Amino acid sequence: MALIDLANPSRFLALADRVLPWLAAATLFAFALGLGQAYVAPDDYQQGATVKIMFIHVPSAWLGMFAWGIMSLAAVGTLVWRHPLADVAAKAAAPVGAAFTLMCLVTGSLWGRPMWGTYWVWDARLTSVLVLFLMYLGVIALWRTIDDPARAARVVAVLTLVGAINVPIIKFSVEWWNTLHQSASVLRLDGSTIHPAILGPLVVMIVAFTLLFLSLHLAAMRNEITRRRLRTMLMMRADAAAGH
Amino acid sequence: MTALAALLMRDLRLAVRVGGGAPIGVLFFLIVVTLVPFAIGPDLNLLARIGPAILWLGALLANLLALDRLIAMDHEDGSLDLILMARAPLELALAAKALAHWLSTGLPLVIATPLLGLLLNLDPTATGAVALTLIAGTPALTFIGLIGAALTTALRRGGLLLAVLVLPLTIPVLIFGVAAANAAIVGPVPFGTPFSILCALTLMSIVVGPFAAAAALRQGLE
Amino acid sequence: MRLAASDLACVRGGRRVFRNLSFALGAGTALAVIGPNGAGKSSLLRLVAGLLRPAEGRLTLEGGDPELTIGEQAHYLGHQDALKPSLSVQENLAFWLDFLGAAETKVDAALAAVGLDGLAGLPALYLSAGQRRRLSLARLVAVERPMWLLDEPTSALDAAAQGVLADLMRAHRAGGGLILAATHGPLGLEGAEELRLGSGQ
Repeated sequence: MALIDLANPSRFLALADRVLPWLAAATLFAFALGLGQAYVAPDDYQQGATVKIMFIHVPSAWLGMFAWGIMSLAAVGTLVWRHPLADVAAKAAAPVGAAFTLMCLVTGSLWGRPMWGTYWVWDARLTSVLVLFLMYLGVIALWRTIDDPARAARVVAVLTLVGAINVPIIKFSVEWWNTLHQSASVLRLDGSTIHPAILGPLVVMIVAFTLLFLSLHLAAMRNEITRRRLRTMLMMRADAAAGH
Repeated sequence: MTALAALLMRDLRLAVRVGGGAPIGVLFFLIVVTLVPFAIGPDLNLLARIGPAILWLGALLANLLALDRLIAMDHEDGSLDLILMARAPLELALAAKALAHWLSTGLPLVIATPLLGLLLNLDPTATGAVALTLIAGTPALTFIGLIGAALTTALRRGGLLLAVLVLPLTIPVLIFGVAAANAAIVGPVPFGTPFSILCALTLMSIVVGPFAAAAALRQGLE
Repeated sequence: MRLAASDLACVRGGRRVFRNLSFALGAGTALAVIGPNGAGKSSLLRLVAGLLRPAEGRLTLEGGDPELTIGEQAHYLGHQDALKPSLSVQENLAFWLDFLGAAETKVDAALAAVGLDGLAGLPALYLSAGQRRRLSLARLVAVERPMWLLDEPTSALDAAAQGVLADLMRAHRAGGGLILAATHGPLGLEGAEELRLGSGQ
């Protein structure tokens, strides 16, 4: 029995090896710039310095959504073209996206503590991010449960697209639910309107986080390709022992 | 009998004859509702206040029960192969199966609601409101669950994973179902707003569910 | 009517099961697919049925209905019987007839053709393996399809039932049907061509 290898990953790997150092450097630079700006940005008159957690919290939320968008694009690539790199891109994006979503939850929790004395409030954003986090875990679980990588990619692709349709519905529903159960004081985790002095550093941090995601994603794709090669080699060893 | 009607009748017949099905679903619903006072105490006022929510949660979980058998059963005995090869469109065949599931699992839950409303000290208006929202919302739960069943068809222990995949997708239905029931009971939101959104969610899931499930089945073929 | 396959390749679980497989099957002919376990006999049948996508190659059914896929014009008899134990023999067959678009009146004749007419009301739970196999065969009798894809059809059948199967296949071929059958042993098909799949593919 002959074996199927990934369709031309070597070219991708060569490209990734060249691009990754530059991407990493750009990420470091953007973070240096962003964190510096964040440091000198004014404190919020209400929340003090803790508002600066926003510089990590908001970009993480954005990246959680962005990663699902990447997974959806990859899903289309898998279903329409059956391109193996699309499979790899989708699988690599899931844990990274989940991690950023988790970071959003943790920073949100830490942010809430000094303000309301509790580690968790069911506000609209945190709740929808929590649901998104659960959906990420579901996708990761489905990846791990199906043995054949090609088949797993196709099935996960359908789930990813169904999830993509659901994300706006869930956000809308959670917002609606939140306004329904709103207590008297307005507990918006963003604080009051975003001051222009904060907007600048925030944008830089979003760019920095996006570059970080791309670097991590690329590195994760490299690892996934290596993992698949390992799987192929193990299968070859099994076939060799069987005398093929 | 047309192809789809035959499939519907067969699944209904199987739901009645094979162990499980409607009585067990209702029994599970009853047990879940019974557990709640043990957990939170028999304060009747509290139970009446959260009654709609408990009934909705119970219905949600009970609906989940028969889902993993919905497609896996046909996969295991080779019927799914023939359904895939038949001239009847796969999307419609899956919709027929989902309809059979709702009729045999979802609808009995709705019928059991008045009895369970008694246990939770709900007055007739409240019970009626909950039942109405359940009729409007349980089809959505079934058709969304259909997608999960299709995704986890060939897996050995797909039941738990199915729940993990399906439950986040059902959150909007839960939100608007309970909100509509509460709106009918205490307001202040007019009943129509959440109820019409609930109906919209159901209609959407009736369309999207079979298509996504058919795609998942076709893509899951080796 | 003619089934033509050119350069078919099949991949399952990352392994290529066969490649460069070509064959043709004309009306009234039978092709026996022979090979050791794991050579891809079942995969080939599932590929023709449309339950598997070929990694390479083309399959065409000339002279068939252009609106329908090959699978929609074929019967597939796999390893499993597609029977529900809690439904009766009659109900099982009637369901498939309704679902596959044949007249429900054919149930009795089909059951008689495979020798199960006395058991129509019996729950399929109580049938022996051979009887279940014969019930699946009844499906082939009752619903007209030009192409038969049979995966080890004689397994679980006793000698008498194998005779019935041979008669059914003969009648099908005489009517211009095509048969593609995977088998370990002889099928009782006279004049069947052979397609050997081996691990050297």
